Amino acid sequence: MIQNTKILIHQGKQFIPDVTKAEVPGVFRGRPVITNAAVNVQALVDLCPVDAITANPVCIDLGKCIFCGECALTHPEKIKFTKDYKMATNYREGLLVKEGDEKSILLNGDMIRAEISEYFSGSLKLRQVSAGGDNSCELELNACGNVNFDMGRFGIEFVASPRHADGIVITGPINENMAEPLQICYDAVPDPKIIILAGTDAISGGIFADSPALNRGFLEKYIIDLYVPGNPIHPLTFINGVLELIKERKQGS
Amino acid sequence: MTNYFTILNNQTIPILAIPVLNYDEFLELNTKLVQKKEFHCVNYYGFITDSRIKLICCIANDKEQNVYISSAEIEKNLRSVSSFTARHLSFHIFERELHENFEIDYRDHPWLKPVRYAFNRRIPQDKIENYPFYQIHSEELHEVGVGPIHAGIIEPGHFRFICNGEQILHLEIQLGYQHRGIEELFLSKKKLLQRTVLAESIAGDTVAGHTIAFVNVWESLCGFNAAEDLLFARTLALEMERIAVHTGDLSAICTDIAYQLGSSVFGRLRTPVINFLQEWCGNRLSKGLIRAGKNNFRFTRDLAQRLTGLLDAYEPDFMEMYNEMKTLPTVLARLEKTGVVTHQQAESIGVVGMAARASGIHRDIRSSHPWGLFTQINHESVIKNHGDVYSRTQIRKEEILQSIRYIRQSLQNIHQENKQIIELRRPEPDSFSISLVEGWRGEICHCAVTDNNGELLHYKIKDPSMHNWLALALSVRNNEISDFPICNKSFDLSYCGHDL
Repeated sequence: MIQNTKILIHQGKQFIPDVTKAEVPGVFRGRPVITNAAVNVQALVDLCPVDAITANPVCIDLGKCIFCGECALTHPEKIKFTKDYKMATNYREGLLVKEGDEKSILLNGDMIRAEISEYFSGSLKLRQVSAGGDNSCELELNACGNVNFDMGRFGIEFVASPRHADGIVITGPINENMAEPLQICYDAVPDPKIIILAGTDAISGGIFADSPALNRGFLEKYIIDLYVPGNPIHPLTFINGVLELIKERKQGS
Repeated sequence: MTNYFTILNNQTIPILAIPVLNYDEFLELNTKLVQKKEFHCVNYYGFITDSRIKLICCIANDKEQNVYISSAEIEKNLRSVSSFTARHLSFHIFERELHENFEIDYRDHPWLKPVRYAFNRRIPQDKIENYPFYQIHSEELHEVGVGPIHAGIIEPGHFRFICNGEQILHLEIQLGYQHRGIEELFLSKKKLLQRTVLAESIAGDTVAGHTIAFVNVWESLCGFNAAEDLLFARTLALEMERIAVHTGDLSAICTDIAYQLGSSVFGRLRTPVINFLQEWCGNRLSKGLIRAGKNNFRFTRDLAQRLTGLLDAYEPDFMEMYNEMKTLPTVLARLEKTGVVTHQQAESIGVVGMAARASGIHRDIRSSHPWGLFTQINHESVIKNHGDVYSRTQIRKEEILQSIRYIRQSLQNIHQENKQIIELRRPEPDSFSISLVEGWRGEICHCAVTDNNGELLHYKIKDPSMHNWLALALSVRNNEISDFPICNKSFDLSYCGHDL
């Protein structure tokens, strides 16, 4: 017991004091910026393993990008990945980063349903569903709740049953074998409820996008409340995105 | 004339060099080999070629440091084939896969059930929701079904328990919920970068392990010899991954026995390790780091210094926590004699990796089939003999300390970056190549076959979980059902690596 207390004191405070301002160490591939430099655009488009880069204007779709960074390595004068981890947004077009764009990725407040801040700001319980991914986003979602990121302090938690949840977080490209369990889980969540897509695999299918083993029909039926890009998502990307989604907003602002 | 061809880890041979046996001879050879202690099956699979099924069996010889490769060709729709499994259980999962993919009808396989309901399975009418579970009809017994969606943030899979009161009599594990057709994508995606990204997405907790297996196979096919700086970076990434996941697992084991302090401290100790990977390559799980023929992220002296500092801070904190944990009777009571896999069981079903070593089996690719820096390290495996959750906990601790020693040792001598970038040649045509890597969970095996243009004809991935899921099912027998989570965590098997 005494030894336990000693360890507790010795470990001290481990949490990140302000998750909205924390800086990530070393090289991190967060929100990219694309300069107006003239390069062989076709080479750039062909290079991308997931067709996330399009021409005229040069644009990276963060919903497709798997953040391998190869484009920035071969064309450093054109593309640079910044350390800005705030990449989550609530509309699909918000994930498009175009040539010359320097601005941060934000949520569109007008598109957030009124009941979200009314019911969920201060307390949001989520049920996570893996559907054909590689377990990397699951590792990072678990990390969101560890003593370092400590998402629980904002009242955001993952719960065991969909019946206790306010929404679901989907990871993975959504495959045929999980299509039905995902639907059953979603149906079991009481209204009002939200859907969050965590990771590039969930948003677009990622590297698996054209696999015949997928069945993404579920996504066509519902409005997605938050897109969190990353391969995997960084805990700070997820936490900041969710905080933005559920923060209290004055009507009409 | 021998009826097999012996090759080394990461060696490429002409496909024609592999003897093609008739099926009975093939069966006799391989099932006889594995009766000896030093042999075990690292991969056994099939693919369609010229409208016949080509079977390739890879049996590792741990003493000679090589792999015995043999093959057979059988007709499609062949009925009533004798199974390898009837002679040695370790083949069971491979034959289940062959049955599911090619409808090979084994007459004496004891458990011929679907493996993963792959999209290209031979009988598409078989649906994952209609899996044929083993049942016992009795008024005393009851069934407990869990999943595919579980209580925590983990991957999907279904567990069906048959219990007598609180006691588990039988557990059947049904997988396939993470299936996304990754092996087929290796063939349909033609760019090397795409395939590398696929290798990084086989199992997110084993990014380094699987990507190293892929680049080793690829470089071997292209006749490329990786320079010391590449081997150094790969070995370092592999051992960092081992430290990170083992630490995370110790945290999870503490969580499952409600030991909050251990859960928090081990959890927080994992953070700087994976953050270091990000500092090095921009991704906490080392995605982007390992590339065939090159390294995009140089390991600088500055990083070496940071890593030394990190390990200096990690080690005493880790030992303080571990030493405290192992003195607590409430912790030990939950771990000791829980979830036992006996040596004999482990041998018979062909368990690999850390779980095998916890049951007294000397099975470790780092010493038996070393590649890269492991040829210089002279690695000695950590072996435990009780086969219980505590053995698997102790192994993690000792392997973490061992990896730290290896890293410190290798940091003494950082290799100068080899700036000369050599373009990779096209892969050798009509060839076969195999790569074995000891990931934190156990041996990873990738096998590639090329066609006459040097294009991939077939790519086979084996995650160690393929062997070990059955070990988990056996370990929980006669345990209380409340001990299932801790047993499960002590193996920490991969769903996505199995389901592919």
